[in-house]
Amino acid sequence: MIRPFAAALLLALPAHADEIWVTNERDDTISVIDIDSMEVTRTIPTGERPRGITFSRDHSVVYVCASDSDSVQVIDPESGEILRDLPSGEDPEQFVLHPDDRRLYIANEDDAITTVVDTETGTVIEQIDVGIEPEGMAVSPDGKIVITTSETTNMAHWIDTGTEQIFANSLVDSRPRHAEFVKDGTELWVSSEIGGTISVFDVETQAELAKIAFSLPDIHPDRVQPVGFELDADETTAFVALGPSNHVAAVNAETYEVEDYILVGRRVWHMAFNADKSLLFTTNGVSGDVTVIDVARRRAIKTIKVGRFPWGAAFRPTGG
Amino acid sequence: MIGWRTILSGILALPCLVATGTAGAETAIHIHYLTVEVPPPPTLSDLDTVPDDAGVAGARLGLADNATTGQFLGHVYSMNESRVPVDGDIAGAARAALAQGDLLVLDAPAAALTRIADLPEASDALLFNIRAGDAGLRATGCRANLLHTAPSLSMRTDALAQFFLWRRWTELAMIAGGHPDDQAFAAAMEASLSKFGLKTGARAEWRFDADMRRNASEEVPLFTQGLGDYDVLIVADEIHDFARYVLFNTWHPRPVAGSEGLTAEGWAPVVEAWGAAQLQSRFRDAAGRPMRPDDYAAWAAIRAIGEAVTRAGATDAARLREFMLSDRFELAGFKGRPLTFRDWNGQLRQPIALTHPRALVATAPLEGFLHQTTELDTLGLDRAESGCTAFD
Repeated sequence: MIRPFAAALLLALPAHADEIWVTNERDDTISVIDIDSMEVTRTIPTGERPRGITFSRDHSVVYVCASDSDSVQVIDPESGEILRDLPSGEDPEQFVLHPDDRRLYIANEDDAITTVVDTETGTVIEQIDVGIEPEGMAVSPDGKIVITTSETTNMAHWIDTGTEQIFANSLVDSRPRHAEFVKDGTELWVSSEIGGTISVFDVETQAELAKIAFSLPDIHPDRVQPVGFELDADETTAFVALGPSNHVAAVNAETYEVEDYILVGRRVWHMAFNADKSLLFTTNGVSGDVTVIDVARRRAIKTIKVGRFPWGAAFRPTGG
Repeated sequence: MIGWRTILSGILALPCLVATGTAGAETAIHIHYLTVEVPPPPTLSDLDTVPDDAGVAGARLGLADNATTGQFLGHVYSMNESRVPVDGDIAGAARAALAQGDLLVLDAPAAALTRIADLPEASDALLFNIRAGDAGLRATGCRANLLHTAPSLSMRTDALAQFFLWRRWTELAMIAGGHPDDQAFAAAMEASLSKFGLKTGARAEWRFDADMRRNASEEVPLFTQGLGDYDVLIVADEIHDFARYVLFNTWHPRPVAGSEGLTAEGWAPVVEAWGAAQLQSRFRDAAGRPMRPDDYAAWAAIRAIGEAVTRAGATDAARLREFMLSDRFELAGFKGRPLTFRDWNGQLRQPIALTHPRALVATAPLEGFLHQTTELDTLGLDRAESGCTAFD
């Protein structure tokens, strides 16, 4: 859906390229990368310790978790101006925007709570008790289920968005960091950083279907720590950031076998695709840069210096 | 205030669930935390005060963490705390604790630990040592029912030795205090230096009884002049008596490491990476002070129990012990890699933080110190050298 949209705008506004927005956790800024020139064109100040980042459906505003400011900031992507702060609960780390483009589900890392905020009225709809250190957030494509993963409780909590109540809990390996619904919402994937795995669940039954494991020659398994991941355009390959092993794995999304390991920067964390998903941008926390991966060739083609401890990444198509 | 909400929801909400009987299949896990009180030795400075809840505050946070997880699984955790003076009826206190359950977390010196572990009532129990770093407890003096979440002294001194070698600081001098803890640290340090192919040069014994708050600038330069030249001065002063006055007063301008200056501990308030900032912040909210190494060791013991209960689905000491010593157990301990127990002496494998009071300097094992199983086993007694047979 995004692809023709972006292509059309590229024709209409050839001077204005698509962008990747990267939050810099230890610089309190966002680095904006121009995808055509692959350079940082803007640096936008944010609240303290920016981490999770996501755009509204029409890309007219960008939401940023300013963890140490205890707020979610709403920023105008054209001007970089902070429009308003949303009440987010304590220490927001990651969030997910509901398909209704209105409800924001926020993981409050310090507080064992998931906060549901109405972005239109700026009010808290609900606070849901979850496990210790909630982090990973995902929403099913039909909007019926939201997932919170809790890092110390080691669970994926299944939240019914109709009642805003937990209806199931699934144990996963240690320190679950990231969750995504894939394959039209039939599967839920959860990465476990210390466990070193991705658990795959059948959404219908919440039963575990598979566990994806990683193995790199010459790197101790303890250092192979899956965090963020994304699936490519036809959802046949998953790209998984493996933290301090400094590699991204390319996983066959059907067989759950790892096919390739791609060397990137140090402590790779999260990632975002460009419009046609031919390029993948990974945030490398320790080396303070973004690696650009050619998705077809599965190779790193460029490194872009950003701020200190880049954390989240989000795609912004041309013209907002 | 927010932190209390976590704890309240974790601890207070659970008894309510039980009372209303909404969940029929609840499992109770009871832990006892026993402190054997040792009066601190007198020191030159009055600056340090050991908090009354040192250690146990970490256990309380671990219990709240377990309880939060437990509420989703129908597991209800409880913990009783008791204290006994080191010259009091330790065996009686331990028997009373063991009468309530078979999971015992112990803040106690080595002699008390083995005494408790050898009680007939403790033979089927599982005990955790959160304080004593003594080598003997991990070697021939080990006990099958005693696991150690506190790092051993040799893990800490191995971390320092690795750092010295990594920085190419090979000329080493040492000052050792007279307290048995200081002498044990000095002995462990020398063994670690030898293990990594280094050796101590000059060594001096600190036996001054002067009040160094008045004249450190006069005494220490002269005292250290006799050590000759060196790259780094090691201070063995585990009771934190004199070494604080050595820094910046040495004859040669050299860094200080060991019990002051650059220190090696299982945890420190300056550890931030790998999500540690979250644990630090939760602890500060709950205890109102920074998290100490003893707090961390106690937290890790309680969390190890919680993790084993969650994964093994068992609550009895025998099955929990078996699971903890198996390769299926791993604890996410905010140190960047899974923590596991050595199945030959019950020691929790863990990275050691090398810090000064304001920042983390490095984390051991340092890069380049390799091991055939895991680099974590370059710290402390390895399988072949432990001499512990109780785990066979």
